[in-house]
Amino acid sequence: MSALEPSELDRPALARGRSAADADLRSVSAAIRRAEFGDRLRSLALAAPLLVLLALSFGIPIVLLLSRAVYDPTIAHALPQTSQALSGWSGSGLPDDAAFLALAADLRDNQARGTAYELAKSLNARLPGARSQVLKTVRQLEGAGGKPPLEVVKSVPFWSQPGTWTAIASGTHSVTSFYLLSALDLRWNAEGSIERVPPSQAIFLQVFLRTFLVAAAVTLATLILGFPLAYLIASAPKGLAAILIVAVLLPFWTSILVRTAAWTVLLQKFGLVNDLLLWLGFVDDRLDLMYSRIGLIIAMTHIQLPFTLLPIYSVMRTIPPSQMKAAYSLGAKPFTAFLRVYLPQVFPGVMAGCLLTFILCLGYYITPALIGGASDQLISNFIANYVNVELNWEMAAALSFILLVFTLALFGIFARILGLDRLKLV
Amino acid sequence: MMLSPYPTSGERIRIGLLWLWCGLVILFLLVPILIPVPLSFNSGSFFIFPLEGISTRWYEVVLGTQRWQSAIGNSLLIALGTTLIATTLGTMTAIALADEKFPGRRIVMPLLLSPLIVPVVITAVGSYLFYARVGLASTYAGIILAHTALASPFVVVTVAASLTGFDRNLMRAAAISGAKPVTAFSRVMLPLILPGVLSGAAFAFVTSFDEVVVVQFLASANQRTMPLEMFIGLREKLSPAITAAATLMMVLSIVLLVVANLLARRGQRRPRTAA
Repeated sequence: MSALEPSELDRPALARGRSAADADLRSVSAAIRRAEFGDRLRSLALAAPLLVLLALSFGIPIVLLLSRAVYDPTIAHALPQTSQALSGWSGSGLPDDAAFLALAADLRDNQARGTAYELAKSLNARLPGARSQVLKTVRQLEGAGGKPPLEVVKSVPFWSQPGTWTAIASGTHSVTSFYLLSALDLRWNAEGSIERVPPSQAIFLQVFLRTFLVAAAVTLATLILGFPLAYLIASAPKGLAAILIVAVLLPFWTSILVRTAAWTVLLQKFGLVNDLLLWLGFVDDRLDLMYSRIGLIIAMTHIQLPFTLLPIYSVMRTIPPSQMKAAYSLGAKPFTAFLRVYLPQVFPGVMAGCLLTFILCLGYYITPALIGGASDQLISNFIANYVNVELNWEMAAALSFILLVFTLALFGIFARILGLDRLKLV
Repeated sequence: MMLSPYPTSGERIRIGLLWLWCGLVILFLLVPILIPVPLSFNSGSFFIFPLEGISTRWYEVVLGTQRWQSAIGNSLLIALGTTLIATTLGTMTAIALADEKFPGRRIVMPLLLSPLIVPVVITAVGSYLFYARVGLASTYAGIILAHTALASPFVVVTVAASLTGFDRNLMRAAAISGAKPVTAFSRVMLPLILPGVLSGAAFAFVTSFDEVVVVQFLASANQRTMPLEMFIGLREKLSPAITAAATLMMVLSIVLLVVANLLARRGQRRPRTAA
């Protein structure tokens, strides 16, 4: 804050031999230090409210969600006696009768507390088909009359399958890698190593791959459409450039939802895109563009085009036209001059635009939900679905975890090689 | 892109093709956002050209029915609340960060921008999970809080940009003349950075007003906002009322963002490098 740095005041020439002046000087530096400390404290106090609010409204929710991916105490809470009984189990074959008895007792407790359904659901997430078996056993235990609980449990074949007990035992550890592995179509096998799940159960790698492919296609399309336009705007005279840039900014300023709504109108079977294709003679019959991959990519390309174009444009306009003229006058062919002189200089802008679009595409939710078909849903849609429909928070958390890792890693690369300043678009 | 004084035929062809391509790209950019406008004035119930006739019946639906009216009211309430909090706290933070000696400046800035980086579904699902535990789910306060996280980065960035042109000696002069810090802020600093603050406020308003994903998770049935009503409408059945709502929302955000950008430009003394 101060123009006078304490170190400058401490110069020996000023202080040497004059003890009174020396003491004055020292008290002045102390006062400056105190003032600077006060300034710093005031800055912190000014920034604190927003930082605290962001921590509460954004930081804690994200951390809490991600923790659900690796921490799931439902089964451990619901089956305390079984956990106890299984602590000495080797993990292979079936556990001893004590474990069956403990399970019967735990199941009855859950029924009494009204948590049986929650337990069934949680076990079902780890072991498909477990829900109905748990609820069936609970009902039979209730209506058993005088039949001993051990017999009731053993009479349900489900509890005599080895996989059942492996799942229960892993569920009694509250910290679990189960959901994160599932999100990558992996699982622990009986030998204690990680393996791929059978193809019939694999879902998520395909969804991640789809998300990456759609993002890559959209990035490429925006680059092909946007690069020439950025070049034209950067080299046009001022007035024309201003008009052209407005054409880019108008859609940029319209919300994603509104633009998605516009595309749902355009992509209808009797919509304008089909009218145009028929009129141009490209197709003989109207295409089903709604709820299709191609419709989704077209709409996402429209939404992302300004994000790719603007960083490229902001680099292009810093390149003086005289450079290309110099290249021509030195005998370079137009293509050579473009490749050797122009392209290397705009490359950081191209990287910034493409990376930004790619990263944003990974998180798309609204457009796939409204324009994509069942087989065009991206990873965000699966996350929302696990929360809204399946009520499986752990799986939603695990998918969020992996999506976030990809997103942050790509942003790390962005910040590292291009700098965060390139994020400012408007 | 201009021709050189003595163009070769190769150059004519290249530049002709460039213009043609760019013309098509501009049509691709503009036609989709302009299409809902004429359709919203269609008197028929379908989205097919040619229009059956001109009418404002769909605007009467959006502005006149209880469902849409309460959605517009909710949107305005949430957006105004978000704007107020995000602008106040964001301006304070930008002023604090403008001080080069702010401790941990390099860490704080990326953290402040992180709500823009994290995929919005993750933010929405996380807020839903946490807010439900602390009793903020299905409350206006909860939605405003979540929107403030999404909107405040814009305020911090725009105000910080306007502060780069602000001479801190003015604050020292005010202090020497006997002004208390609050007086110095309101009489000296605020008038000078006001364009930046207002521009940030407009960005915050639009961010909240257009937001639909967080609202989808946090809002109860009677807290539906205009975008959420549109989203639900698009999923259920396509009614031309949606094109009217889309047109209204588009006009509002474009007007506000034009104002915001003009203000941001005025607020900065140095010319900007980015568009």
